[in-house]
Formats: sequence, structure tokens, C-alpha cells
Amino acid sequence: MVLVLALGDLHIPHRAADLPPKFKSMLVPGKIQHIICTGNLCIKEVQDYLKSLCPDLHITRGEYDEETRCPETKTLTIGQFKLGLCHGHQVIPWGDLDSLAMLQRQLDVDILVTGHTHQFTAYKHEGGVVINPGSATGAYSSITYDVNPSFVLMDIDGLRVVVYVYELIDGEVKVDKIDFKKTTATTHSAH
Amino acid sequence: MIADGVEDEEKWLAAGIAGLQQNAFYMHRALDSNNLRDALKYSAQMLSELRTSRLSPHKYYELYMRAFDELRKLEMFFKEETRRGCSIIDLYELVQHAGNILPRLYLLCTVGSVYIKSKEAPAKDVLKDLVEMCRGIQNPVRGLFLRSYLAQVSRDKLPDIGSEYEGDADTVVDAVEFVLQNFTEMNKLWVRMQQQGPAREKEKREKERSELRDLVGKNLHVLSQIEGVDLDMYKDTVLPRILEQVVNCKDELAQYYLMDCIIQVFPDEYHLQTLDVLLGAFPQLQPTVDIKTVLSRLMERLSNYAASSADVLPEFLQVEAFLKLNNAIGKVIEAQPDMPILGVITLYSSLLTFTLHVHPDRLDYADQVLGACVRKLSGKGKLEDNKATKQIVALLSAPLEKYNDIVTALKLSNYPRVMEYLDSETNKVMATVIIQSIMKNKTHISTADRVEALFELIKGLIKDLDGTLDDEVDEDDFKEEQNSVSRLIQMLYNDDPEEMFKIICTVRKHILAGGPKRLSFTVPPLVFSSLKLVRQLQGREENPFGEEESTTPKKIFQLLNQTVETLSNVPAPELALQLYLQCAEAANDCDLEPVAYEFFTQAYILYEEEISDSRAQVTAIHLIIGTLQRMHVFGVENRDTLTHKATGYSAKLLKKPDQCRAVYACSHLFWVDDQDNVKDGERVLLCLKRALRIANAAQQMSNAARGSTGSVTLFVEILNKYLYFFEKGNPQITVAAIQSLLELITTEMQSDSSTPDPAADAFFASTLRYIEFQKQKGGAVGEKYEPIKV
Repeated sequence: MVLVLALGDLHIPHRAADLPPKFKSMLVPGKIQHIICTGNLCIKEVQDYLKSLCPDLHITRGEYDEETRCPETKTLTIGQFKLGLCHGHQVIPWGDLDSLAMLQRQLDVDILVTGHTHQFTAYKHEGGVVINPGSATGAYSSITYDVNPSFVLMDIDGLRVVVYVYELIDGEVKVDKIDFKKTTATTHSAH
Repeated sequence: MIADGVEDEEKWLAAGIAGLQQNAFYMHRALDSNNLRDALKYSAQMLSELRTSRLSPHKYYELYMRAFDELRKLEMFFKEETRRGCSIIDLYELVQHAGNILPRLYLLCTVGSVYIKSKEAPAKDVLKDLVEMCRGIQNPVRGLFLRSYLAQVSRDKLPDIGSEYEGDADTVVDAVEFVLQNFTEMNKLWVRMQQQGPAREKEKREKERSELRDLVGKNLHVLSQIEGVDLDMYKDTVLPRILEQVVNCKDELAQYYLMDCIIQVFPDEYHLQTLDVLLGAFPQLQPTVDIKTVLSRLMERLSNYAASSADVLPEFLQVEAFLKLNNAIGKVIEAQPDMPILGVITLYSSLLTFTLHVHPDRLDYADQVLGACVRKLSGKGKLEDNKATKQIVALLSAPLEKYNDIVTALKLSNYPRVMEYLDSETNKVMATVIIQSIMKNKTHISTADRVEALFELIKGLIKDLDGTLDDEVDEDDFKEEQNSVSRLIQMLYNDDPEEMFKIICTVRKHILAGGPKRLSFTVPPLVFSSLKLVRQLQGREENPFGEEESTTPKKIFQLLNQTVETLSNVPAPELALQLYLQCAEAANDCDLEPVAYEFFTQAYILYEEEISDSRAQVTAIHLIIGTLQRMHVFGVENRDTLTHKATGYSAKLLKKPDQCRAVYACSHLFWVDDQDNVKDGERVLLCLKRALRIANAAQQMSNAARGSTGSVTLFVEILNKYLYFFEKGNPQITVAAIQSLLELITTEMQSDSSTPDPAADAFFASTLRYIEFQKQKGGAVGEKYEPIKV
């Protein structure tokens, strides 16, 4: 059982002062094995905070990030799954599933995590899963109205991943979960 | 020389102890054989060791303790003797035959103890006799220890209420009288020590006096423990007598210690009820006494007392504690015009803490205290004393902590006035404290007036105050400060749009005075606060009967335009571009075409003129294309102009791969799903073909420059875009086109001159899988894909 926290678009301090206290109290150090962050933190303080939760921190660059040296995309393997990470402002049209699926094919990953729209989504298609953890602080977005703070926790176990989404709605934390099973790993042959 | 002295002292002490032990030995022998005569003889000799003048108080104490232990055994013997028939009165007489006065008096006290226990005479008579006899020793060290001995042996024999020694003749009054007298004499001896010896040894003497102070203070402790000393007796007898001695002795060390002792040993209720008398003593003390510390400790005790339970608060009101303390402090400060500012602030700081605990609802009291501070500080200019400024920060932090609410603190009219006297460094520290308090308590500041007042307070962070030099500030610290201001702006909020707009204008006014360095931190949060307001107003219908002055999105956009403009002073073109695009999208949602067009124009100008870094250009292009793709407010002409420019920029990016990607991204500008009038299949195909040409050119360049054609990734990407529009039903994208692209890629990959790229291979493979999958889907999609051969 491997826990992976996926979150992003916090936009601290430009659009939000801090994570919601109810989220903060849930995120304790030592419980999570990996953190993947879609970007737009935006300042080093937030990065340090995330690092304190878990030293294995992966970040991709959002357009407002103070740290400009982060990569545009990142791939990593956790257990049987290949994960891809990208902020998402580079994939046009923004939030379009087919275009995101193309990125997924390009990175050759089972799970693609992107952000930018501040809207939680989880799509399953033949190529795999596309997840958007939304904005962990509920920051203003030109794309989405009425953003609820949200983040995603993935529990990777063998060929199965359970995606838990935590949303703060009207002051209460609501949890939902989605199951994905990967078919046995196919070998990729080059032409 | 001093080392020699210490060594000598050790020798003398050792000698003293040896002598004492030897005589004690013989004394024990006499006790064992019930030989009273010898017991007295040897005990007297033993006690003679205490006649020495050679030991410092510290060492004398060691000798004294051993003598004390031996005397306990002697006392037991005396008790036995009286049981055997020896008259205690005779014994009392007998011991007075001892040759030297000091041993005589120790023995007398020891017998006296047994005498009182025997109850053959009233306790008060014996005690009176003993306390007066002790006058025979006027040497300070010896006298203090002797009287200390007296105090120790008499402790449990005082005629207190409920004690066995209470009687008709013996009352607690006598007990108190005894202790008071002993105390008075001990204090006199203690003070006299100051005058002894040469002037140059003053420090040494003071140190020695310090070592002995608890002997004197013990008496006060005993008084506080006497049951019979109730409030009335304390008020009428005990306190006045103690204070009389304290004031009259005119000794700085004694006064400081004893005033503090009184405050610490007697109960807080007593202090409240005798506040007048107690405070009245302070001005009568020596000018060099550190009154502020004692007063501060008194106020601290009373603060804690108030905090301990709500029941005691009415008492404070009844005795008008605040008024009295305030006056007392005023008098002390007046009496000591040279008191350093640190002292003044400490006093007011303690008084403020007291006020906050005892009268939390009386903001006017708190304000009074701050006002007194201001008066004292006025005319002194900015403070330079480090400790004093720290105290002021403590002073100003106290209301914040107590009320947990900056809004209440803002009501204290003197609060900002005190802050005026801080130097800019400390002003910033205080500003940070204020911001932290707001963030911690999640306080929302909800009126423009309060925002104005708040920004006045924290102005050290908002702008450069006079006298600060730029290079002094550490970059990381500066960033942290400005980020905290940024966060603060999120807390300034009101549901009512009119008020919110006023708040935004107020904040804007202040941050624009902050100078170029601060703008990139402060402008973004203001912009987003404004955009949130726009969104709020969007939901409402435009009121045709609304007032001219009411807030509209248009007005806000005007303000936004002017605000983002200021970033050119920094300069921060990339940030400004991003913000302009955000504003454009918001204008789009409000159906304000000219406003949106204007924002786009500004963004484009920045792109053309100010953004030259390649990476920055790529990001900017993505944002421009992404935003433009979502615009629905533009008419055909405007849209065409903007699109044309965007594709132009895309084709002119430096690196070919970037060009290629930007150009095929532009294809989406001509095809928007939910806008039927934006589905220009031809233009889409043109874009994709252009992207192909660029990809080809990239291959050729690579071949020429490096001898191999590089990766086919770009072709695979373009292929995916072909499939995208094919699926969407763009009639210009034919199966044939897709087929030939597939062949192109396959050929390229198999060619000798190509660089193997597993990533590209995997990409192509998954694309093919996708095509297969679509075929399998069946239905309309399956039909479409059927003809494609992989």
C-alpha cells in the first residue's frame, strides 16, 4: 500500500492565504510516501511545507511559480504504475480530455495528473486515467467558478489504484473514491 | 592576594570546626554522665567558636549549622534535667554565668525554648526577655545569626490563635510584637554592615549582605504564616511597622529586597486592600532603588490574581486598583525625571497587562495607559535603545494577544501614536506581529476605514519610511515580509460590493506608494481580489436605476488596467501579461468586448516589446493561445486580428520544436466545440500543415547540423492532432491525409539516419493502440476509423 498525495494550484499568497485548516490537520508528516504537485504553489514556503510532509516531492512548473527551474513535465514509476505530471497550461484547449489523452500517450503513462483548471476531475479511458486534483486552497480561477478546495490521495496496491478525492464543501470535508484496475502490463514494442 | 584570603578563610573555618567538634565531644560525655556543670562549660567553649570575626557570612553559616545541631542535643538534655527535678528558672539563671556574651545568649535562647515549652511562664514574657537580651550583640554577622537562631527555636512556640501557648496573657498580638521586634533589630544590623570596612570594599560587602538577606526576610515569612494575622491586623499593625522600618533605614539594598519580600509573602487580597499604603511607601524610598521592578512585580502578581478567578474582579473595582496604580506610577516617574525610557516603558507595560486582565472591557483604560506612554515618549524622537524598543513591542503585542482581534486594538486611539516612536526596523517587527495575529485568528478586516487604519500601522512594510537604506534589507527577509503582506490582502473582505470596492481602492492607494520592489508582491493579490468582486457583480442584473457612483465591473476593469500598468515600473512584463490575460477572460465573461480587446492589446504589446527570453515566450504564447481559444465575446474582425497575431508569434519562436507545437496549438483557435461559428476546417488544416512543414524543416536542419534526422516525436504529435479534428468531424481532415502521415512516420522511424528514440516509439505505439481501440468501439466512431490501416 503506497500513498501518493496529488495536489496543486494553491496560488499562495496571490490568491489564497493558506491551506484550509481542516486540510492542514489531515496532512500529517510520515503518513504519505510520495507527493506530486501540479504546480502554481507559488512560493518557496509552500514547497518547504510540502517537503516537511514527505521528502519525496515532485513538482512541475506552473506559470505563476516563483521557482522557475522545475520541469514542464515529469514521469515517475510507483509500484506497477507509471505516473505523469504536468501543470496543464501547456495543453490546449485547457481541460480538454482528448488533448490531455494525447499528452498521456506521449508520456506513455498509466495515470496522468494535471491541474490549471482548479476543477477536480477523474477520467478513465482506454489508455489510462487522467486526474485533476483541483485547487487545494480553492483559489480563484478564470476557468472554473465556485472552486471548492480539493486534493487527491491515491492508494497504489499492485495493479489496483484507489483514488480518494477530498473536497471542502460548505465547511465540511467530503470524501469520494474511485477504483481503477490496470490490466496486466503489456509490453511496448517499437516498430 | 584574594586567593590567599580565601585560602586563609578555609583554614580558619577548618580550625573553627575542629574546635567546635572537640568541645562537642566533651559536651556529649558530660551529657551522658548527666554532668550539668561540665555540659555548660564545654557547650560554652564550643559556642565560643562563633565569636570569630574572620569568616565571611557564607563560611560562618557552615560553622553556625554545626553549632545548631549540637544545641539541639543540649536542648533535649535540658528538658531531661527539668524532668529530673531541676528548676527551669534556675537553669535560666545558671546559663547566664557563661563568661562571654555570645555563648551566654545562645545558651539562654536554648533554655528559653525549654522554658516556654514548660509553660511555667507566659510565652510572651520569655520571648520579650530574649529578644531584648540579644541586643547585647551589635556585630552584624554574629548578631544576625544569633537572632536567626532565636527565630528558629521560637517558631513553633508563638502564642498564635489555636496554639497551645495562647492564653489570657498571651495573644497573637504578643507573637506579632515579638517577631516585629526581632525583624527590626535584624534589619538594623543588616544595614549597619554597609557602613563597615573601607569604601573600596563596597562591592564585597554588598555581596556578603546579599548572602544574608534571607535571614532578615524570614521574619516576614513567619509573620505571613501566623494564623492570627488577619487583614485588620495586617493593615493596622504589621504593614505599617514593616514599612516604617523599611523607609527609615534609608538603605537601598534593604529597601529593594524588603519591598519585594512584602509583595511576595503576603496574600494578594491583602495587597489590594492596602494598596494606598503600599504604594504610598514607594516615593519615600531612596532614589536609587529599582522601584520599577518592584512595582512591575506587584502588578504582575495582581494580574495573575485577577486571572485566577472571575470572583475576585469586583474587589479590584471596589478598591479602584487601576486608578491607584496609574497614579502611583505617574508619581514615581515624576519623582525620577532621569529614569531611563526603558524603565518607563516597563512600568506601563506591566500596567497595561494588569489592565487587560482586570478590566478587559475597559478599552478606555488601556488607551489611557498608552496615552501616558505617548506623553512620556514625546519630545524624545525615535527610540534607539534596543531594550526599550523590545519593551514597546511587548507593550503593543499585549492587546493583540488579549483581544485576539486587531479590530479591537485599532480602536485604541493611542496605539498608532506609540508606533510612531519606533525606528523603522522595529516598526517592521511590530507590523509583522500584527499581521501574524490577523493570520492566526483569521480575522477579516471588513471596512475601508479599518483597512486604512491597519495600513497606517503597518506602513513600515508597505513602503520605505524615511531613513531606510535599500541595501540594509536582506533579500530573503524582504520576500518573507512582502509575502505576508500579500497574504494579508486576502483577509480584507466584505460581502457588500460597494464596501469591497472601497477596500480595494484603499489598498491600491497604499501599495502603489510602495515602490517598484514591492509591486510584484502586492499587485497580484489585489488584482485577484478585484476579479473576485467582478465575478460577484456578474451574477447581478445591471440596475438601470442604480446610482452613478455604484460599482460596476467596468469601473473595476478600469482600475485594474491602471493597476497592472504599474508593473512596468518594476519591470515585470511576464507577470503583467499573465494578469492582463486573466482580466481579459473576466471581461469576456462580462460580455465587455472592447474591454477584453484592450487587455489583449496590452498583453500583445508586452509580448512584442518586453518579453525576449525564449522560455518565457513559450509560456506566454501558451497562455495567449489558451485564453484566446476560450474567448466568445469577440466579433469576427477582432478575433481574426488577435488570432492572426498569435499564429504569427508562434511561427517566430526561436526553436523549431517550440514553433511547431505553438502552431499546431493555434489550430484550436479555429475550432471551438461550443461555438458553432468558430469551426473553420480549412484554417485548422492550414495550421496543421504549417506545423508539418516546420517539423520537416527541423528534421532537415538536424540532418545538416548533426548528421541524423532527430526524433519523430513532433510528427506523432501532429498525427494525434489530425486524429483529434478527424474525430470532431472536420471535413478537411481526410483518411488519406492521416494514412500518409502514418506512412511518413513509419518510414522516418525505419530510416538509417534517424536517431532511435524509445519515447517516440512508445508514443507512436500508444497512438496506434488508440486507433485500434476507436475501431473496436463500433458505432459511428468505429465506422470513421475503419478505413485507417495501421
